[in-house]
Amino acid sequence: MKNIRLLLAAAAAVAVSMPSCKMKSTAAAVEGGAASKVYVAPGKYDEFYNFVSGGFNGQVSVYGLPSGRLLKIIPVFSVFPENGYGYSEETKAMLNTTQGQVPWDDQHHLELSQTNGEQDGRWLFANANNTPRVARIDLKTFKTAEILQLPNSAGNHSSPFITENTEYVVAGTRFSVPLGAEDVPISSFKKNFKSTASFIKVDSSTGHMSLAFQIVLPGMNLDLSHAGKGPSHDWFFFSSYNTEQAYTLLEVNASQKDKDYIVAVNWKKAEEYAKAGKGKKVPAEYAHNTFDEQKQLATSVMEKETLLLDPKDCPDMVYMIPCPKSPHGCDIDPTGEYIVGSGKLAALIPVFSFSKIMDAMQKKDFEGDFQGIPILKYQDVLHGEVQKPGLGPLHTEFDGRGNAYTSMFLSSEVVKWSLKDLKVLDRVPTYYSVGHLMIPGGDTKKPNGKYLVAYNKITKDRYLPTGPELAQSAQLYDISGDKMQLILDYPTVGEPHYGQACPAELIRDKQVKFYDITKNGNQYVTMGEKNVKVVRNGNRVDVYMTAIRSHLVPDNIEGVYVGDNVYFHVTNLEQDWDIPHGFAIKNNPNAELLIMPGETVTLKYTPLKQGIQPFYCTDFCSALHQEMSGYLRVSPKGSNVPLRYGTGETAPAPTAADTVAAK
Amino acid sequence: MKKLTKTGRISIPVVLLLLGALWLFPMWRIDLRAPQYPGGLTMQIWINDVKGDVPIINGLNHYIGMKTIKKEDFKEFVVLPVAMGVFAVLGIVVLLMGKKLPYYIWTGVFVVIAAYSFIDFYKWEYDYGHNLDPGAPIQVPGMAYQPPLIGYKQLLNFEVLSQPDVAGWCYIVSGIILASVAIYEWKKR
Ligand SMILES: [Cu+2]
Repeated sequence: MKNIRLLLAAAAAVAVSMPSCKMKSTAAAVEGGAASKVYVAPGKYDEFYNFVSGGFNGQVSVYGLPSGRLLKIIPVFSVFPENGYGYSEETKAMLNTTQGQVPWDDQHHLELSQTNGEQDGRWLFANANNTPRVARIDLKTFKTAEILQLPNSAGNHSSPFITENTEYVVAGTRFSVPLGAEDVPISSFKKNFKSTASFIKVDSSTGHMSLAFQIVLPGMNLDLSHAGKGPSHDWFFFSSYNTEQAYTLLEVNASQKDKDYIVAVNWKKAEEYAKAGKGKKVPAEYAHNTFDEQKQLATSVMEKETLLLDPKDCPDMVYMIPCPKSPHGCDIDPTGEYIVGSGKLAALIPVFSFSKIMDAMQKKDFEGDFQGIPILKYQDVLHGEVQKPGLGPLHTEFDGRGNAYTSMFLSSEVVKWSLKDLKVLDRVPTYYSVGHLMIPGGDTKKPNGKYLVAYNKITKDRYLPTGPELAQSAQLYDISGDKMQLILDYPTVGEPHYGQACPAELIRDKQVKFYDITKNGNQYVTMGEKNVKVVRNGNRVDVYMTAIRSHLVPDNIEGVYVGDNVYFHVTNLEQDWDIPHGFAIKNNPNAELLIMPGETVTLKYTPLKQGIQPFYCTDFCSALHQEMSGYLRVSPKGSNVPLRYGTGETAPAPTAADTVAAK
Repeated sequence: MKKLTKTGRISIPVVLLLLGALWLFPMWRIDLRAPQYPGGLTMQIWINDVKGDVPIINGLNHYIGMKTIKKEDFKEFVVLPVAMGVFAVLGIVVLLMGKKLPYYIWTGVFVVIAAYSFIDFYKWEYDYGHNLDPGAPIQVPGMAYQPPLIGYKQLLNFEVLSQPDVAGWCYIVSGIILASVAIYEWKKR
C-alpha cells in the first residue's frame, strides 16, 4: 500500500514538472527577423523558381522562393480538368502507354537541364514511378512537351537524373522484374528478375528524348542516382537496396546485409559499347508521346525495340561499391570528387572518393563479384565516414562552400557537415520526417547556397487542421550564415518528394506570352471569325469556333442529334498576354478547355439526351465575360432539323417549320 | 531672281535627309496606360502604316464601340508618301535652280502639307473618338474618346499620351530649318 502511494506521488510530481521540462516547442524554433527574409512585397518577384514533385498527384507544382507562394501546377502524368490536359483531343495522346491511357501517376523526382554542370533553364525532367515514364517540360511554356515510357522497368524511382550536359537522362528501376513479359514464378526472383538502368539520350537542340540503351543489372532495387561531374563526368552512380534479392517481406528480408551497393556505371563506355554493337536488340513495346508546338498536337508512337547491354559483354562498364546499409541518396559534391552515400538504416554517412575509386579499379583490387560485377573494397575507396550525424540519413545536397547538408528522416532534422574533415557543423529540426532536401543548384557544379528547402512527409500541427488529410509541408532555411535558420514553412500540393530550384532570371524572361496566330499549325484552326463553320460527316460534327473578348462564333448551332460526336475546335483569336478563354458545354462528362491566345484546342462532346445545351467561356476574360456564351440545340436522333449556325446577323432565323412547331 | 546663299543651298539636302527618316522611323506615337496593362500599350503611326499594339487596342475599343483601326482604311498612307515624294523631287529642282523664289514656294508647300497633315490627324482622331457604335456594350453618357492631338489626357481608366516619334521630330526640325532659312534668305536680299 505504501509503495503504491509512493508511486502515485512520484507520478504526480512528474506530471506537475512536465510543462517546465525542456521539451522542444515547434513555435520557438523560428527566430526574430525571419518574416523580413521571406517577405516579397506586392508587385515584386521572387528570387527563385522552385519546382516541386507532386508525388501521388502526378503533377509538378511551381513555387516562388523565398515567399513560398504557389505560382502554377503543371499537369504531367495526370489529367487536369482545370485546363483540359489529357482530355482535349490535342493532349490525350500525351498519356498513352502500352496499357492504354494511364491518366495518373506517382511523380517523385525532378531535374533541371544543365550545360557544363550548371542549370540552363531550358527543360525540366520528371519521372513517373508507377507506369515507368520520363517527361520533359518546356520551361518557355511550362507545358509538358514529351513523355517517354520505359520497357523492362517497374517503379521508375532513380530517375530522372541527368549528366552534366544533359546528354542523358537516366531511369533506374526500383522493382526488379523479368525482362520482356515472361510468365515466371515470383520465387524464381534470383534467376529471372533483373533491374535495368535506362539511358535516355536528349537531343541537345530540341530536347527530344530517345531510349539509347538499357544496362541489365542483377535483380535488386535501384533507389536514387546522380551523375558525376568534372573529373567524374563519365560516370553515373546508383544507390541500391535489397541486394539480398528478397521477394517477400522486404522490411525484414531486404535489411539483412550490412552493406548494399552503390552501382558505378561508366556511361561513356556504355555509349561506346552500344555503338560498337556489343548490345542485344530485343523486341520491346513502349510509347513515345510528343507534343508538337507547331501543330499544337500530341502524337503517340509505339516504339518496337530496345538495346540491352549486359555487363558480362562490356568489361569495365559497371562496378559495385559497398555502402552501408540500404543507401537512399547517392549524391556527388560540386567538385565531382566526393560521392556521399546515405544508408537510411545506417548510423553514419559514408563518403567515397572518386580518385580512390579510379585507383582501385586500375589495380583491379576487388573483394569479389555480385553476379559477375566486380565489387570494390569499401576501405579502399572510402574518403571517410561522418560519425553520429543523426538517424536515417536520406539525401545530401551542397552549398558550394565545402559544406554538405543531409536530411535525417528518423531524427527529423537537417545536418550540416564539412566535406573536408567530415565534422558535423550544425543541425536544425524539421517538422516532421524530412525526405529529400534541396538547395537551388545544390546537385550541380555551382550551387546557390542561400536557401535550403526540406520536403517533409508529416505535417501534424503546422497548419490549421483539415480533417484526417493534411497538407504536406516544405520548410525554408536560410543557410547563408554559419547557423541554419528556419525562416518559413509553406504547404505543398500532393506529396512532394524532391524539388529543384534555379534563379528566376534564368527562366523569367524567356516566357512565351502568347502564340502567334499566324503560325498556328493546328489542322482545325479557324483564322478569323469569317472562317467559322460547322461540318457534318456521318455522325461526326466538326465545329470550327473562334473565341475573342467577348463572344464565341458561332453562338447558335442547330442540327446536331443525340449520339453525334461533336468536336468543338476552339481557336482563341486574342494576341495578348494573359487572355486565355475557356470553353465548357453543359453536361459534358469529360472536362472544359483553357485555350491560350493564338491556340486551337478541341473538346469532344457526345450528347446523350436531346435538349438545348448552353456553352460558355469559363475563364473570366473581360467585363463581358458572362455574356460570352451560346447554345447548341440537340435534336432527337433521326429528326430532320437542318444544320444551321451563326452569331449576330448570321444566327439562325426562325423558319416556317419553327413557327408551326411553336404553335 | 536672286540666287540662294550657300546656307540656303546646303539646307536643301539636309532637309531631304531628315525627311528620309519618315521611311525608317515612326512619325507619331500614342501611349496608353492602365492598371491592367502595367507594361503599357503603344500605337505607332508611320508614314504608310500603323503599328504597335493595334490589335490589342482594337480589342479594347470594341467595348466602347470604336471602329477597328486598320491600315487599309487610311487613304493618308498612300497620299502622304506620294506628297512627300513629290516634295523631295521639288527640293531637287529648287537645288538645281539655286534661286530664292522657288525656295520660298518649296517652304510654302511644306507648310501646306504639314498643316493639312495635322488637320487630317485631328479629324481622324475626332472621328474615331466620337463616331461610336450606338449598340456598344459600354456607353458612358457624354463621353468621347478622342485622344489628344499632342500631350496627355485621361480617358476612362486609360492615361493617354500623344507625341511625335523619331521621324516626327525629324519632320519638325525640317520645318524649323525651312522656315528659318527662308527668313534668312529674305533678309539677305
Ligand atoms: Cu472569354
